[in-house]
Amino acid sequence: MSAVLDPPTPSAAPAPPGSGPAEPRTTGATRGLLAVVLLLVGLALVSLASLAWGARDVAPSAVWDALLAPVPGDNDHLVVRDLRVPRTLIGLVGGAALGAAGALMQGVTRNPIADPGLLGINSGASLAVIVAIAGLGVSSTSGYLWFAFAGAAVAAVVVYGAASLGWEGVTPVKLALVGAALTATCTSVITVVLLTDTRTLGEYRFWQVGSLANRPLDVLTTVLPFVLVGLALALAAGRVLNALALGDDVARGLGQDVVRGRLLVVTAVVLLCGSAVSLVGPIAFVGLVVPHVARSIVGPDYRWIVLLSMLLGPVLLLAADVVGRLVVRPSELEAGLVVAVIGAPVLIGLVRRSRAVAA
Amino acid sequence: MSAPVLSPAAADRAEREERHEVASRGLRATRRRRLRRRSVVTVVLAVLAVVLSVTALMLGDFKLSAAEVLRTLAGQGEGAAPFIVMELRLPRLVLGVLIGTAFGLAGALFQSVLRNPLASPDVIGISQGASAGAVVALLAVGATSGFVVPLSALAGGSAVGLLLYAVAWRGGMTGHRFVLAGIGVAYVCTSIIGYLLTRSDVKEAQLALLWMTGSLGQADWSLVRTLAIAMVLLVPLVAVVARGLSLLLLGDEQAGSLGLRPEVTRAAVVALGVALACVATASAGPVAFVAFTAAPVARRLLADGSLALVQAALVGVVLVVGADIVAQHLLPADLTVPVGVVTGAIGGPYLIWLMASGRTRTA
Repeated sequence: MSAVLDPPTPSAAPAPPGSGPAEPRTTGATRGLLAVVLLLVGLALVSLASLAWGARDVAPSAVWDALLAPVPGDNDHLVVRDLRVPRTLIGLVGGAALGAAGALMQGVTRNPIADPGLLGINSGASLAVIVAIAGLGVSSTSGYLWFAFAGAAVAAVVVYGAASLGWEGVTPVKLALVGAALTATCTSVITVVLLTDTRTLGEYRFWQVGSLANRPLDVLTTVLPFVLVGLALALAAGRVLNALALGDDVARGLGQDVVRGRLLVVTAVVLLCGSAVSLVGPIAFVGLVVPHVARSIVGPDYRWIVLLSMLLGPVLLLAADVVGRLVVRPSELEAGLVVAVIGAPVLIGLVRRSRAVAA
Repeated sequence: MSAPVLSPAAADRAEREERHEVASRGLRATRRRRLRRRSVVTVVLAVLAVVLSVTALMLGDFKLSAAEVLRTLAGQGEGAAPFIVMELRLPRLVLGVLIGTAFGLAGALFQSVLRNPLASPDVIGISQGASAGAVVALLAVGATSGFVVPLSALAGGSAVGLLLYAVAWRGGMTGHRFVLAGIGVAYVCTSIIGYLLTRSDVKEAQLALLWMTGSLGQADWSLVRTLAIAMVLLVPLVAVVARGLSLLLLGDEQAGSLGLRPEVTRAAVVALGVALACVATASAGPVAFVAFTAAPVARRLLADGSLALVQAALVGVVLVVGADIVAQHLLPADLTVPVGVVTGAIGGPYLIWLMASGRTRTA
């Protein structure tokens, strides 16, 4: 006797496309929008803090005046316009670049411990800066700028090229391994130079911790076009990363051109991370921690993760800069040092709490 | 004459027995082959280690012949040889051997239990914690001699180990959680180091950097003796957990059904790996890539899916002693560098080789 099957009930009919099962998609988008609004508010607040607080506290009304109706000769206005506005802007741009680059790296390598420096970009830039200091006697941040950018670009090209050798082309694992290999080699060379040349060490150690201070505004204006192109590419790459997240074969089955998609993402990473390292030095941690926070808010949709990372990055970086200015007044701690101290507990808290990260 | 006539049951049994005999003969042959390969690899590695060690004792400003070295070791050296070998070169060599063993074993333990070839003590924060401890001692406290720096490094590395343990405790020690937490802690330690490097005198910063590169330069007998005592305590423990670890590799459920408690074993293995990495880093600094490469190379050589702990230790020794010979004597333009620079430079091509050979999983 065969079992009696229930006639299909209306609730068992295939759901209309676009609505999906009861929760995820709508809630993810709502949470994303809410997060974006909150982050924009947070960004405004932290920028204000960056303009107002420091070795010398400036009242918000004075900040407002300094921006809109500056009085020459007023020290407060001077501090705000000449020192803090460039610093804040650099923090905003650098943080956005690092956050987006980190999200892209984690997406393209399918690896939650990827950071923007994984492609060897940071070590390539560092080696170029060493060459600039030791070989050519450059000693200002704007001087390092083009070296860092060139070093970053060369490193990325070498890594991508080496990873594309072999019959299977570029895969996430190969990218990560070649990037780590380049980092190892560059670090050895850098170490030899630093151990033998005290003057170079004296300058390099300050660049290497990563800081928002002492960077003139023209550094920012030079780098800004690259960052803007990179951010645009990053936003476009969200869809590509969603497709790649399920594996190359599934991505191809979904119609995604895997090679071109990966190339797009890597180009965006190079533009963003290269600009960031030229601006603020090698601060990789922002790119590591911020996508995880984003993922815990909006889930696995990379279009939202990239967008939120773009906003979370500056919040973290500027917050670190402000804290660095406040804790050891009147001197200050570099933002790159504080970023890890703030970010690591966040990361560890996320790791402990969330089961999703354990995968 | 025709074959003896057997009843159907007997013929069945005979056929089964014959099949069993063929199968067990094949199995025995495989086992013999594996054992032979294992012995060959182990012996070759051991011989290589010995040859490199003797070479290390021979080379230097005052070159000695192999015969002189061996005679001195046997207690019958003459002239300047005893001083040079016993006081100058032998401590450095023994330190290198102990470091190589410790890092090789630590790397093997970590990579097996975390089942991730990228998870070595270098990556998850132990090296950075030990470096932070040492740099604090060197730059903030200003200590340069005696045991202050190694003890401080030991404290730093152990603190990180305990912290990671606390973080991973309820959730377990597997997968990305552990590694992510380790990376976070590593970055904090790097911040501390960066802060001290930028706030101190440049010459002191250079000394700190030298320590952080990993060097056998500060080898003296008291340091070596202390490290040897620590190793004598730790290495037998490795043998104890090795059996549990092999069972763990079958998977938690299988291991559990064989009477093992996976979480306990895993915690013990990680603790042992951390201890080995800590004492080694405290003695010579974080020598790059030894822990990372020794185990995969050993496992690739054996190619039978086993843990290869002994072989990993031997590969570690060969790596460190060989790299030190290169670092001290074989570089162009009379350049001498700390051993960590050479092992780091080896790391690059090694990773490329890993990638090119296509296999990136453990075993």
